Amino acid sequence: MIKALHLIHDYIKRDEEGNPQGTIRAVDDVSLDVKPGEFVAILGHNGSGKSTFAKHINALLYPTEGTVWVDGMDTNDDAHLWEIRQEAGMIFQNPDNQIIGQVVEEDVGFGPENMGVPTKEIWERVEESLKAVGMWEYRKKSPNRLSGGQKQRVSIAGVIAMHPKCIVMDEPTAMLDPSGRKEVIRAARALNDVEKITILLITHYMEEAIYADRIFVMDAGKVAMQGTPREVFSRVEELRALHLDVPQVTLLAHELRRAGLAIPEGILTKEELAEALLLRNGE
Amino acid sequence: MGLKLENVSYKYEQGTAMEVAALDNVSVEIPDGQFIGLIGHTGSGKSTFVQMLNGLLRATQGHVYYDGEDIDGENFDRKGLRANVGLVFQYPEHQLFETDVVADVMFGPRNLGLSEEECRARALEALNAVGMPERFYEQSPFDLSGGQKRRAAIAGVLAMHPKVLVLDEPTAGLDPKGRDEILELISAMHRERRMTILLVSHSMEDVARYVDRIMVMNHGKLIFDDAPRGVFAHYRELEEIGLAAPQMTYIMQYLKEKGMPVRTDVLTVEEAAAEILQYV
Repeated sequence: MIKALHLIHDYIKRDEEGNPQGTIRAVDDVSLDVKPGEFVAILGHNGSGKSTFAKHINALLYPTEGTVWVDGMDTNDDAHLWEIRQEAGMIFQNPDNQIIGQVVEEDVGFGPENMGVPTKEIWERVEESLKAVGMWEYRKKSPNRLSGGQKQRVSIAGVIAMHPKCIVMDEPTAMLDPSGRKEVIRAARALNDVEKITILLITHYMEEAIYADRIFVMDAGKVAMQGTPREVFSRVEELRALHLDVPQVTLLAHELRRAGLAIPEGILTKEELAEALLLRNGE
Repeated sequence: MGLKLENVSYKYEQGTAMEVAALDNVSVEIPDGQFIGLIGHTGSGKSTFVQMLNGLLRATQGHVYYDGEDIDGENFDRKGLRANVGLVFQYPEHQLFETDVVADVMFGPRNLGLSEEECRARALEALNAVGMPERFYEQSPFDLSGGQKRRAAIAGVLAMHPKVLVLDEPTAGLDPKGRDEILELISAMHRERRMTILLVSHSMEDVARYVDRIMVMNHGKLIFDDAPRGVFAHYRELEEIGLAAPQMTYIMQYLKEKGMPVRTDVLTVEEAAAEILQYV
């Protein structure tokens, strides 16, 4: 679905007069392949290159070197630009910057309308999209009156209405309260499970990454670690060295292990922890 | 002495059909030197509340007192209040604008009418306090990393020498290490300078770890005001209003349900580990 081969991206640094002063390499030789229907999480500290990488997926940025393909289309090929943007939707951190309509259903209909979808079909798409994120009953409301989590779900509905094959979410929960975070992650997982939409989730909340099929950890523009959540989160000390963390339950298990309890690394849920502890006690 | 709110309400668009009470008859005292967490879902009134504290918004009903003086009183020094009660907004780095980091931090003290040397001395002290490496002092604030930008913005408020520091989600969007560093910095301000801290946060884990007292807002009212353990004991009610308990509380609940006789009122990983080790 998404393939990057030796992707490099340099930002040009300019002085006050706008003269180029040099370059900063934000993405440094990244190669990865995300399969259709996968749920992939990308972790990395601020400035590690995650967002720069993500912006290549719907051709907001172009590679300095290397190539990115979305559903087989080279993002450098302008002929496919609109097709790529329709197939790979993006969700950003701040829902207030992504909502333009006065009424929820209008906002969601904006994308398909822009694509020239016939009116009757626009309304069908608005309905299915709002239902997919659990916001159908708010369709007549003003987005201003919604909570952060609800606004973000409306943004997601706006992307779904364009019938994307893939959604890139760049820290979609960073500004939300606990239930808003849960709502958005639940919506993302449902889209992945039910609609088989490929999801690329960039996040600083380690707990949100445990649902992913695979995790990529970025550092200094490169992929520093990759694997299943269990594999990646078993490497507590390495993650810390990369300014990251592990889910709290994983950390608790790690601390218990360090105190001498024989329980495995890479515990991701409270259920797994209970099982490991009870098994140990039963012995 | 500190801050005191007495029956304070704030209504947006008062007198119109759109009238909304963002704060509804809130009475609370914030004595000097406390470290308080303020939690509530988006739209619960937290931001309105913090803007009351330094007079950015004026109560539509009730009174706000700073060190015993009504901040809406005729002779009250509102400019002085803004220096004493420093407010760090969400994403404060969006408000950086100067050509270099030191100049940006000097902006606040300059507005207080202090001499150039005094402003500079305060800026350097504040930058030192937030742990900004000296090599960044002469750089454009826009070239800093996300975490460093946020430090620069916090330094800008510290340079005003506030007695009360109010921070609205200071760790939003930061990576885990950046988050821990900012929280440690705030905690040091409290410990070493006896600064009163009001931390607005969506992270139950962060408030559980750092603060002495938690205030919970819902629909413009303060519904809980207690030590963290006391507040998080009401986790069912918190969930109903879009909040939660720290994750450790849920983990311990689950272990107990599965038959381990552990305490469930633990808040941090360290506490949870110590508790579990007693029983295995």
